[in-house]
Formats: sequence, C-alpha cells, structure tokens
Amino acid sequence: MSAPTGITWATLTKDVRLEWRSKDAINSMLFFALLVVVVFSFSFDPEAEESRQIAGGLVWVAFLFAAVVALNQTWARELRNQVLDAYRVSPAPANSLFVAKALGNFIFVSVLEALMTPLFIVFYKLRVLGPAWQLIPVAILGTWAIVVNGTFFAAMSLRTRSREIMLPLLLFPITIPALLSMVEATTTILVGDPSTSAKFWIVLLATYDVVFTTGCLALFGTVLHAE
Amino acid sequence: MNEPNTAQTNPIIAVTNLVKQFGRFAALRGVSTSFEASRLYGILGDNGAGKTTLLRILAGLVPPTRGEISILGKKNPREVCREFGYMAHPSLLYDEMSGVENLRYFARLYGLEDEARCAQVIAAVGLDPALERPVGQYSQGMRQRMSLARALLNDPKILLLDEPFSNVDIRSAREMVKLLGGMRDQGKTIFVVTHQASLLDGAADEFIWMDAGQIVNRTRDLTYMETA
Repeated sequence: MSAPTGITWATLTKDVRLEWRSKDAINSMLFFALLVVVVFSFSFDPEAEESRQIAGGLVWVAFLFAAVVALNQTWARELRNQVLDAYRVSPAPANSLFVAKALGNFIFVSVLEALMTPLFIVFYKLRVLGPAWQLIPVAILGTWAIVVNGTFFAAMSLRTRSREIMLPLLLFPITIPALLSMVEATTTILVGDPSTSAKFWIVLLATYDVVFTTGCLALFGTVLHAE
Repeated sequence: MNEPNTAQTNPIIAVTNLVKQFGRFAALRGVSTSFEASRLYGILGDNGAGKTTLLRILAGLVPPTRGEISILGKKNPREVCREFGYMAHPSLLYDEMSGVENLRYFARLYGLEDEARCAQVIAAVGLDPALERPVGQYSQGMRQRMSLARALLNDPKILLLDEPFSNVDIRSAREMVKLLGGMRDQGKTIFVVTHQASLLDGAADEFIWMDAGQIVNRTRDLTYMETA
C-alpha cells in the first residue's frame, strides 16, 4: 500500500473505530431520521400513489439533515484535545485526511440509509414501479454528493464560532443541484412513468460528484493549513 | 539587563523580524534571534508574552504575519516537518483510544510501521506500553507523558514542547527533565515553554525570556528572574 493510501486507510479505520466506541454520529443521525419518518407519516398519512410522488423529496431531505449531524461530529472529534494539530505538523498529505473523512462519512450515512429505508417503505407504503436497480446508483452518487461537500464545508467551518449553524448554511445551497437530481431520479424510479427516464438525473449527479470531488481535493490543503 | 544574544555560531533555527498579528493584537513584535543545535532552551515569560505563538510558528502551524524563518536551512517549516516533534498544551491524543492505539495511528502518519517503536517511546516516558485503558481515563500527568511519547515517535531532531510539565507531579517532571537532558546530549535541539522554570535550572543550556511579544533577554541561569 502506498504511503498516502496507507494514511487514508489508517485514518479511516481510526474513525470507524472511534465511532464504533462512541456511536455519537450514528445514534444522533438515526434518532433524527426516525423522527422525520414518524412525524411526516403522521402529518400526511399519505396513500400509496401520493407517497410515490413525495417520498423522493422526503427521503433525501431526511438523509441530508441527518448527515449534517455526522459531518459535524467527524471534525468535532479532531478538535477535542486539538488532535488535528498533530496531523497538521506531520508530513501526511492533506488529501489523505480528506478522503478518509469523506469515506468514513459515506459509510456512516450509508448505514443510516440502510437502516432507515425499510422504515420509509413501511410508513409510506412504498412500492417501486420503475426499474428498482437504478435506485442503487442514485443512492451511491447522492450519498457521495452529500458527504464530499459536507466533509469539505465542515472542515471549512471548523474554526468558526458557530460551526453547527455554519455547516448547513454553506452546505445546503451548494447541494441544491445534487438534491434536485436525487429527488427527481428517485421520484421517476418510484412512479415508473415510461415517458421519463432517471438516466439524465443519474448522469447529472455523477457529473456533480466528479466536479465537486475534484474541487474539494484541490482546495482541502489550503483549508487544513489555514490559520 | 543582558542584551539578547542573536549571534550564534551554528544556528539550526534563525528568525528575523518575526511579527504575528491576531487582528489588532500583536502576539510577536519583531523577534530576531537564532538557536544552536544540540541545546535545551527554556522559553519563559508571563501569559501572553508570545511563547506559544513562537513555538506554533516554528512548528509550521501558524504562518507569521511578517518576517523570515530558517529551520535546518529551509524557509518553510512544512518542508522539514519530519524533523519536528511537537507537544502542545492539550494532549493531541484521542481520548477514546489507548496510548498504543494512538501512537500506532500517529506512527503511520510518519510512515513508521515499526510496532516496537511505539512501545519504546511509551516506556521511555515512564508509562506501561501494555496499558489498555483509553487515554480519556488517564490522569493529566499520564496524558502529558503520552503526549511527549507521541512527539518522540519520529525520532525528531527538534523538539518543540509547550508546557510539558503542567499537572505532572514533581517526581515525574524531574524524570522528564532528565529524559530531555539525555536527548539533548544525543544531539536533539529542545525548546521547552514552561511556567515552571525552576525544573529546568541546571538542565537548560539557555533561558529565553519573552515579554509582550519580544525576546527581552537570553541567560544561562535563572538569576534574571529575580531582577525582572
């Protein structure tokens, strides 16, 4: 394993181990997402057809809000005892840290999605009418869109006084194109309208991911070593 | 008062007109000095004198507002970061992991795969490498020593230590000073920021006295403390 890959792996396993021991991010995310599912299902009490129309938006907004909890937690851990300074004085490349953090958040948010999706199906009486397999790339690309920007902006807001507020303020507007793609793609697949296809939205989401991952990687060194 | 001595024969670090502003507050006001290799320096001064800022600039954690640095012949501390060991006032350790787990992770950041090295530095600071308790359950003194072990991991040429003796009992602190003296004798250059100057009496080669962002004196002993 090359040095940067080895550092990424070491940081990723360290983060997963810390989360496994504390369960800070997962518990908070699960609780929040669960609340959204239950509250919205009681508020709307939707029929199956209605559910298919609104579920795409509901699911992704719930995951986006819940992800913010994990994203803040990832960096908060590095601020305790100023551990981040130990990384900053080391020769380890900044992008190894970024990739490890983004992958860690991807794992945590994916676990949340895996646990919450069955609940969404039950509470909203969902049945997929379109090609269900297309939900897999939408989930992967959509989750990556959230975590890659979230990891970057959480690092950027790390040294601000009100970073919990700062992260959503920065993240949500920049995520709008991705969110739109995720919601449209999910709704198209759930409704199964033969006149429309989710492929356009999936390609758009993939393009968004490539552009923003490249941008975040190019700028993360500056963010990490900024005063 | 002795004039600050800036003429060194073999400087490992030299700074010229170093200024650091935090907004309107000037933490360093034109510091110019140099430091020789294989020496133990005690950096002393009141709170807000600029000691920690100077150390953080040397470690490459904070860029200076103005002025120049030369460390091991390089102008950017990041280029020689492999040669540094940095210990801050906070522990720079993950509370949820054991000492060995922490050191194993930090060793990887330096490309060190040698498991024995972690145990070796933990033993060197007087702790038990087999201790499985998470660092969060350590006493403050144990944390300080584990933090020193982390700073020693990469066998650095230059050690930058910020308050290494705070909350450490007097016997352990003296052992740490003895350890630092031994490392200086092996060729390491060590900077210790401390408010417990007396611990370094007889061990430090020189004391750097700072006040209001400037070096106001450099002395061989602590007698200046009585007149300052």
